[in-house]
Amino acid sequence: MAAIADTPVLYVRTAPAAKLPPPAAGSGFIGWLRVNLFATPGNAILTLACVALIAWAVPPLIRFLFIDAVWSGPNREVCLASPAHPEPGACWAFVRVWLSYFLYGFYPIAERWRVDVFFAALALGIAWLGSISAPRRDLGAVYFFIVLPVLSFVLLYGLPAIGLAAVPTNLWGGVLVTIVVAAVGIVASLPIGILLALGRRSELPVVRWLAIGFIEFVRGVPLITVLFMASVMLPLFVPQRLEPDKLLRALIGVALFASAYMAEVVRGGLAGVPRGQYEAARALALTYWRMMGLVILPQALQVTLPNIVNTFIGLFKDTTLVFVVGIFDLLRTIEAARGDPKWATPVTAGTGYAFAALFYFIFCYGMSRYARGVEARLSRGGRR
Amino acid sequence: MKRIATALSIAMLLAFFAQTAWAQTLQTVKQRGQLICGANGTLAGFGLPDPQGHWTGFDVDFCRAIAAAIFNDPSKVKFVPLTPANRFTALQSGEVDVLSRNTTWTMSRDTTLGLDFAAVTFFDGQGFMVHKSLKVSSALELNGASVCVQQGTTTELNLADYFRSHHMALKTVTFATADEAIKAYDSGRCDSYTTDSSGLHGERLRLTNPNDNIVLPEIISKEPLAPAVRQGDDSWEDLVRWTHYAMLDAEELGVTKSNVDDELKSANPEIRRLLGVEGQFGQSLGLTNDWAYRIIKYIGNYGESFDRNVGEGSPLKIARGLNALWTKGGLQYGLPIR
Repeated sequence: MAAIADTPVLYVRTAPAAKLPPPAAGSGFIGWLRVNLFATPGNAILTLACVALIAWAVPPLIRFLFIDAVWSGPNREVCLASPAHPEPGACWAFVRVWLSYFLYGFYPIAERWRVDVFFAALALGIAWLGSISAPRRDLGAVYFFIVLPVLSFVLLYGLPAIGLAAVPTNLWGGVLVTIVVAAVGIVASLPIGILLALGRRSELPVVRWLAIGFIEFVRGVPLITVLFMASVMLPLFVPQRLEPDKLLRALIGVALFASAYMAEVVRGGLAGVPRGQYEAARALALTYWRMMGLVILPQALQVTLPNIVNTFIGLFKDTTLVFVVGIFDLLRTIEAARGDPKWATPVTAGTGYAFAALFYFIFCYGMSRYARGVEARLSRGGRR
Repeated sequence: MKRIATALSIAMLLAFFAQTAWAQTLQTVKQRGQLICGANGTLAGFGLPDPQGHWTGFDVDFCRAIAAAIFNDPSKVKFVPLTPANRFTALQSGEVDVLSRNTTWTMSRDTTLGLDFAAVTFFDGQGFMVHKSLKVSSALELNGASVCVQQGTTTELNLADYFRSHHMALKTVTFATADEAIKAYDSGRCDSYTTDSSGLHGERLRLTNPNDNIVLPEIISKEPLAPAVRQGDDSWEDLVRWTHYAMLDAEELGVTKSNVDDELKSANPEIRRLLGVEGQFGQSLGLTNDWAYRIIKYIGNYGESFDRNVGEGSPLKIARGLNALWTKGGLQYGLPIR
């Protein structure tokens, strides 16, 4: 020990040295690029291809939609190419003029406030039921599933007894029809789909075979055929007085169709619940409905939530098919309007479709984001 | 342009089921208080709503004329937008009282679908549009031209027939939709674009420079457009037919929307019979004798409706052509009211 102490110490570091930055190639922005975008040659090629694709597609799109766009004007002249404006962009002026038709269709102008109230009531219901922090969500459910449908019917269809003039459904159109068809399809398909899924897994043969027969039949025919049959064949066999309303026929067709798909999605979830859960529920002497309602379905629906939302999004976009029976949904109203000789230009149709794309994107992406949020919340619960 | 194959086969099958005894349409319409009219809803100039949702067009005004004759009120019409696929069943099943939706009168439709066409309100046919720079003034100069056309339509077949029968070389460039075909023509991929002439004028406006393109005078196919009613109600068919002829007679006699009140005092016996000053012609249709006066008062004569919706007074600017009165070299010939 003494020998060491006697040895003269040349230098002892008493404080730790300052940390060196990691090698430049492995950290910071360049490091991030290397790890995430250029990790392997294949990766690098993909990255470059994607960058090229974005550079090729996005600037012209932005140019068309915003920079070169025409925002207002009285008629087609403003959207035509001119020396001052050689490359005409989107003709938003056309959408502005036609917007009320895209929203309400032929709905009488004096009564359009009723549609606005309906949109507001629907938005309130969705916000109330959809937000986790909203107060009294039990009341929200009553509002959404009982009050809202009645209110909507009275508002949109009218009830002469209380002074709301009847507005026959052939006057409905545009966004109104798209929302009504999608909302009815979504709201009806989940409960019916769950019942069908339970029926398909039932131990009662009659119930099981009926459910299987319905699901397989509906899944076996295209929606467009169902709608066509409902609108074209039905009137020939039913006396005109008893004939259901055209929109109602389409609504029933869409709801049944969506239910069959929903049933299969829910069945997938049911199959994913471990057998032990059923046995445990039975061991607690729960009845069939309580077992399903308290133990099995909550787990099954959670597992399958992404698929349920996927079905909703598909349904939302399928609503455009109602045009085959002569109902003017949003897309159809745009297609009608683009033929207007007052506004017909080379960019009119493109602008109309861009507007439709924007509308569908906002709704579908909104549904998708909401589902992601719910999923994250549920999986947190699962980890606890 | 008429994608009819599927619809037609279904409709023909269904025609067997459709009841043929549909008398009393006029009675039903009067009781209901409005006429139900099957219209297009997407064809500029013929049936298209305006931004306020108000229906406009040549076929639409025809239905308004019927309503004016019956109710003395052209607004008592409910328009039902129909697709090519469901238009005939809508008529057969009684969903609409009259089909006024740019429908071509053909023998097979007339004989097998359980419906009758009332009168040709518009003589349509396939035409050509060319770039002005081609310096062509007749379709017969299109030898060797490339023509943009929508795939799988009678238009495509007519085109091939026309070129073959005139011993001209043809390069067709086909597209699945009319939109793509017109875009390709606009970008210069073809020398010419062809479709029914009623649509051609509307499509022209969608080009980058509409004025650099002209519609050639030749019409190479017959597309007589006519309103249709259910077979078996002859008096209703008469009413629809004479609505058209009354409008034609009014044009021929110079009776217009603006001078119709003065013409009531006219000494011309033809005008007096038309406007119901003399004779009982309205009553024989089940209407009042001033039925034609009402039509002209609210809608105008044939020429006025044509001009306002598709002719010089509209953005479409379709020439009268075959639809001129017979006195002016056209085919529209109003039958005598007497």
